[in-house]
Amino acid sequence: MANPARYWREIPQRYRMEAGKCTKCGRVFFPPRLVCPGCGSRTFEGVRLQDEGSLLTYTVIRVGPSQFADQTPFAVGIVELDGGVRITCQVVDCEIDKLAIGQRVRLEFRRIQKQGDAGILCYGHKCVPC
Amino acid sequence: MRDVAILGVGLNKKWGELWSMSLRDIYVEAALDALDDAGVDHIDSMYVGCMTGGMFVDQEHLGCLMADYLGTNPVPATRVESACSSGGAALRQGFIEVASGISDLVLVGGVEKMTDVSGDEATHALSAASDMEYEAYQGITFPGLYALMARAHMHRYGTTRAQLAHVAVKNHRHGAMNPVAQYPFAVTLEEVLESVLVADPLRILDCSPITDGAAAVILCPLEAARKFAKKPLVKILASAQASSTIALHSRDDMTWLESTAKAAAIAYRMAGKGPGDLQVAEVHDCFTIAEIMVLEALGIVERGRGGEAAASGMTALGGKIPVNTSGGLKSKGHPVGATGVAQAVEIATQLRGLAGPRQVPGARIGLTQNMGGTGGSSVVHIFEAV
Repeated sequence: MANPARYWREIPQRYRMEAGKCTKCGRVFFPPRLVCPGCGSRTFEGVRLQDEGSLLTYTVIRVGPSQFADQTPFAVGIVELDGGVRITCQVVDCEIDKLAIGQRVRLEFRRIQKQGDAGILCYGHKCVPC
Repeated sequence: MRDVAILGVGLNKKWGELWSMSLRDIYVEAALDALDDAGVDHIDSMYVGCMTGGMFVDQEHLGCLMADYLGTNPVPATRVESACSSGGAALRQGFIEVASGISDLVLVGGVEKMTDVSGDEATHALSAASDMEYEAYQGITFPGLYALMARAHMHRYGTTRAQLAHVAVKNHRHGAMNPVAQYPFAVTLEEVLESVLVADPLRILDCSPITDGAAAVILCPLEAARKFAKKPLVKILASAQASSTIALHSRDDMTWLESTAKAAAIAYRMAGKGPGDLQVAEVHDCFTIAEIMVLEALGIVERGRGGEAAASGMTALGGKIPVNTSGGLKSKGHPVGATGVAQAVEIATQLRGLAGPRQVPGARIGLTQNMGGTGGSSVVHIFEAV
């Protein structure tokens, strides 16, 4: 795990939520792609995702991966960010048994997991109720 | 294109935690069983469906390994990977090779050796079927992904927690009649509903287990097979596969398995059959919600009505269309790379009339549906007794 290049190349997405917008049909992709599956265009412009959205569905992970042992149990949901892009992320700073579909949430920059024996910290975005 | 028949089928004597058997032994045992059943002493080509020998036992190059230990060198041997639909995808490659005329006798086997690693390592290996950088990175597990689908389905269609449980109850009831099954016992509705939560709303008895196992079939051109077959033949009427997004969150509708619907549409057209023609089906019940959503995508029930099928008895033995008579992934076990082939073994056994206490009387046409990830890949086959 925790190969530096593998982590580094995702930083624009993990840290800054950078997405790609198809210059032909306008669809936004996160992470960015080289070709638009909608229209076949290969030209994109960089855009940043909105940082608020709604919870489309959620679960509470009771049996989690070892990198998340210190966080388990934790809630994970699929969030539709304003503008339409959907992401999977944790829902934190909330009562995990009282979440609801439709809940408004806001993205925050957080530690996501500890990787490997050295416990290397890996970052990204989680969401919190608005 | 030539008509293709299943000439023989094979399984291990038992699925489960096969501590004394290695990956290669598990595959070869099922392959030998299929060769014996077919009554052939040679093959022209072979496939190995396997999701991740690399992550479970550090072994790749599985075509070569299995050909070596099955003693079939120098025939071509190829590993096929499509996550949990590796077996179904391997069967499709074998079908294409025989139908095209390239080879006459093709062995298609699927295998997974999952119990040499810890539960945590197995969870990690299986999560590789999701988007590792944008799903698994956030901490979501496979039960978690299917829980997201279950929650969405319940919210949109009113599917109930008890309806999920009925799928497990039904499949365990079927599996109790299958001597190969890993967990050949019945469970009650209460036991499912009170079992430990894994990823809300899914509980441990909603989940298929970690399993060692293999399955194999021998494929042959139908016309040639008629001349020397010693057992009833089963014709493959259709073989279809379709793809969808790897990440669940990228789907327009998380309550709908588009890849299964697409593969089914192609398969029904190829076979000249529809869901109303089926008498038996084996579908990918990796989690209880999966069987519910698959029945909808296959057109066996209306969209949104999948929750009613198991609860009403429609999909139980004795019902309108028995589903997962083998016990399904839930009770029989889910050695991921073997599952798609094992589904074909069960349908062939049903269509041959050899399924014993779990036989569907007079079954002539059956279907298998095998799925990778959260439905990023789906493979559908339709079979007919000849």
